[in-house]
Amino acid sequence: MGKRIMAVDDSKTMRDMVSFTLKGAGYDVLVADDGVNALSALVGEDVDLIITDVNMPNMNGIELVQKLRSDPRFRATPILILTTESDDSLKQQGRAAGATGWIVKPFVPEKLLKVVNKVCA
Amino acid sequence: MAEEQAAGQNVPQGFDPNLIGLAQAAVDDQGVEAGQTVQFVSFKVDDGEYGVDIMAVREIQGWVEVTTLPNTPDHVRGVLNLRGIIVPIFDLRCRFGNGLTEASPLHVMIIVAVGNRIMGLLVDAVSDIITTNANEIMPVPEIEARGDQRFLSGLITVQDRMVALLEIEKLFDIDDLVAQVSSAAE
Amino acid sequence: MLPAAHDDPFAQFKVTFFEECSELLADMEQHLADLESGSYENETLHAIFRAVHSIKAGAGAFSFSRLVTFSHKFEYLLDELRTGKLTADDGLVETLFRSFDILSDLVGFAQNGEAPDEDYGQGALDQISGYLNGETVTAAAASADEPEANIPEASIPVESAEAASEAAGQSPDADKNGLKHFRIEFTPREAMYRHANEPLLIIRELKDLGKTETTIDTSRLPALHIMEPEDAYFSWVFDLWTEYGRDEVDEVFEFVIDDCDLTIVTLDDNNNVVEVDVSPGLDSGEDSGFGFFVSDDKLSAGEVSDAPPAEAVAEKTASGLVVEPDVKKASVSATPEGAVQKPAAPAAAGPGAAPKASSIRVDVDRVDRLVNMVGELVITQSMLAQEVENSTIPPTDRVFTGMDELSTHIRDLQEDVMSIRMQPVKSVFSRMPRIVRDVSKKLGKKVKLITEGESTEVDKTVIEELADPLTHMIRNSLDHGLETPAERLEAGKTEEGSIRLSAEHRGGRIVIEIADDGRGINREKVLHLAREKGVVSEDATLSNNEIDNLIFAPGFSTADEVTDLSGRGVGMDVVRRNIQTLGGRVSVHSQPGAGTRFQLTLPLTLAVLDGMIVSVAGEKFVVPISSILETVRPPEDDVERMVDGSCVVRIRGEYIPVVPTARVFNFAGGEQDPSKGLVILAETEGGRVVGLLVDELSGQQQVVIKSLETNYKAVQGIASATILGNGSVCLILDVDALAKMPALIPAGTMNSNIHKNMAAQVAAE
Repeated sequence: MGKRIMAVDDSKTMRDMVSFTLKGAGYDVLVADDGVNALSALVGEDVDLIITDVNMPNMNGIELVQKLRSDPRFRATPILILTTESDDSLKQQGRAAGATGWIVKPFVPEKLLKVVNKVCA
Repeated sequence: MAEEQAAGQNVPQGFDPNLIGLAQAAVDDQGVEAGQTVQFVSFKVDDGEYGVDIMAVREIQGWVEVTTLPNTPDHVRGVLNLRGIIVPIFDLRCRFGNGLTEASPLHVMIIVAVGNRIMGLLVDAVSDIITTNANEIMPVPEIEARGDQRFLSGLITVQDRMVALLEIEKLFDIDDLVAQVSSAAE
Repeated sequence: MLPAAHDDPFAQFKVTFFEECSELLADMEQHLADLESGSYENETLHAIFRAVHSIKAGAGAFSFSRLVTFSHKFEYLLDELRTGKLTADDGLVETLFRSFDILSDLVGFAQNGEAPDEDYGQGALDQISGYLNGETVTAAAASADEPEANIPEASIPVESAEAASEAAGQSPDADKNGLKHFRIEFTPREAMYRHANEPLLIIRELKDLGKTETTIDTSRLPALHIMEPEDAYFSWVFDLWTEYGRDEVDEVFEFVIDDCDLTIVTLDDNNNVVEVDVSPGLDSGEDSGFGFFVSDDKLSAGEVSDAPPAEAVAEKTASGLVVEPDVKKASVSATPEGAVQKPAAPAAAGPGAAPKASSIRVDVDRVDRLVNMVGELVITQSMLAQEVENSTIPPTDRVFTGMDELSTHIRDLQEDVMSIRMQPVKSVFSRMPRIVRDVSKKLGKKVKLITEGESTEVDKTVIEELADPLTHMIRNSLDHGLETPAERLEAGKTEEGSIRLSAEHRGGRIVIEIADDGRGINREKVLHLAREKGVVSEDATLSNNEIDNLIFAPGFSTADEVTDLSGRGVGMDVVRRNIQTLGGRVSVHSQPGAGTRFQLTLPLTLAVLDGMIVSVAGEKFVVPISSILETVRPPEDDVERMVDGSCVVRIRGEYIPVVPTARVFNFAGGEQDPSKGLVILAETEGGRVVGLLVDELSGQQQVVIKSLETNYKAVQGIASATILGNGSVCLILDVDALAKMPALIPAGTMNSNIHKNMAAQVAAE
């Protein structure tokens, strides 16, 4: 497939699971543990999709989405945020920041792949 | 396992480390037949020929000087540096009650794995690899009084030789704390 | 340990999850302690929230439902706290601690595959509900609006996935072929593209549902020169025959629902409309767990693409047409995706922000391997150095300078690598306030804990071993050392007792002290008990310090009643033994009425030590430099021989017993005369000084510690082993054990005879 996805989450378990699921489906996966590191990793690297958690130290997911959207390289890159159902305001914030969609944690692998397929295939 | 067979500098004649790999392959080809096939590495100590389960053997190397451990039984010759890990070496002749081996580079150390431990057996020479059926192993007759009796798990006849199969776990009675200044009864 | 992957593809991550949980819980405990002491910032609250949030997310992934449910509520409470809707008063902090405990326990249960009782943690949950319902809230606002906290249900994915697929299954109005016929009119608006939603993908997904016939309306497409590349000009009409239901169709468009005009009608066999529904809402029914955003934001004006639209069009066409053969009009998809090549926007914030000091997570295994490899490097380097020394290469040759540099580099490398594993003791110390709180409460005593030197760093492996001994000694202080408030007042002390826990580096080791201002050790009781248990003989006289150290004797316990705190049969002797296994020492000093002080010394790292190489009867040994006080070659006059053949040496007025190392080890030969050999003065725990008699000194070097016990077992007098530059094994001496050994050789055994024979021989020479 050749598509690259960046997954950003401060939980190693989450990173591992997302990475595993996506790699298993043939995607190339980059990971980062917070927004700051994600941005540095993206210097000189292009990705086809960014999946990010919201609650992270140093730079939360919403801020990351904002920064990505203001970068010409990622203006039109699909961005999914990982959120939990109890965070309705967070979805709104993500929306306002320019995120393409959201996935609720915890998720089953099939769902992740389905959503990923929907935005980037 | 074949890749772990690193021959030491002074491998005695007649022993080809590749044999183990080939033997293993041969067994794999045959598959499990009626009565399980077992393989042993056989070696000599004094006039006796012994065998140890090939699955336990990690490698074979020539004798080198080992570092003595104080206040340990005589048969504990010392410890060896095996590529960075410390491995105790046990003198089988002494263990069988026949005195200390006068070790020379021509003697051989068989490195075996027992559970989680790696240990070495100092023997005179390695002979062969024996492939046999489990049901050909005969029990050790109790009437015979041998110095090595308690370490044996069985006897087999190979061609016209008697090979005594060793139970490695029994060789290393780790709870032996008593320092034996003199060898066991001869 | 890994369950079959096909059963649960995520099962392999459980290990990672539980590791992560234990880190998160440890951090959380620290943060809660900060919260309690009032020394916290906003970030602390966020960190605590994130910890529970992460645990919940992972728990959900593995369907640990109890854990999910609890952490869900806990998380909600923490959210209220961090957003300022609740304040951290004592009561809330208490609830947080309690919830933390339950959370920890539930993690433990999940890890062990156990299921706790139905009402496990109910107390904490009630308390949490209490806060959320505004019963005990001290902050204003939020609670007033919501009399009943409306926490959405925690979702556990397996259930919702099943539910979703179940709901999707039934479709009532299938036509005679079992297929449903939908007509979908789809007109994207500009906003859709801004969210990086791609019609091509949506259309593809729609086609996956069944057979489609597509019509595209390109009539609104303006001339190229006035076209906005990112605007939406097309609309489609799809006729879809599918066995799926309306829900699946909705799902295809769910992401872009607010960014387009969408009409979906169900047609019967005669193409009559059966059901009409315009733009189904985003929140129809349950949250299916994903969604796409739509934004009304307009992009900043003036950002126009440079890339010629024609090219873009061609690109798109090449990537695959969207239409079916029977399409009625020429279709060209001009989605701007390929055309978005912006000139460097002046305001591009981009990833230019300098990252803050960051850390990376590394598997402990990797670090260990690295440490081992560096250790091997040290050995190889010293081997090389030796070869070079022994060679005929002239000393002026550059090889020598090279070797020196190599040695320096490797030493630096080693220090740096070792420091990777260094961790501040804080992580262990931070568990102590909790213990002090809980135990002192239980015992009805008032105790405050003072910690110092928390940032003192120690190797990770040592840290892990510290927790138990520290806990033990603190409990000991609490249990036996410190008095009740009444007793303290009577004794003229302050009502509140104190325990001081400190750590510092001293002489290449870490020294940890636990000092209380309690009643001190009851020497009479201890001596009495020791005599009773036969630990000391009736008539032996012991110094005060020696009596104090009796508490480390095996099987010793002065507890009258076995409390569940200290008296669980695990006494101070186990503590001492465990510390000793680490190469450390523990001692106690006490002053009746004033207090008791435990002192724990440990090597900074368990992997490497600085050693002095000595020869004994031709065999080389390593003596840890940290044990060495000094080395002397005593003049003959200062050596005194005792009746039983042992020696003492007079050093600055004191008589130091000599340990005849060669004899203790039963080696033939070796220097027997202290004045002809070398006496290494070393301090044992218990404070005794002994002199190890060796033949000579060979040198000093840093050695990598290798285990003897892995493949063999412990040998008395030997701590561990190392590998010298020449590849041979060299044993590392255990000074404390050595100092005791001659006494252990009972009279009448052969060894003792050798001992005597040799003494006789020596005397005869």
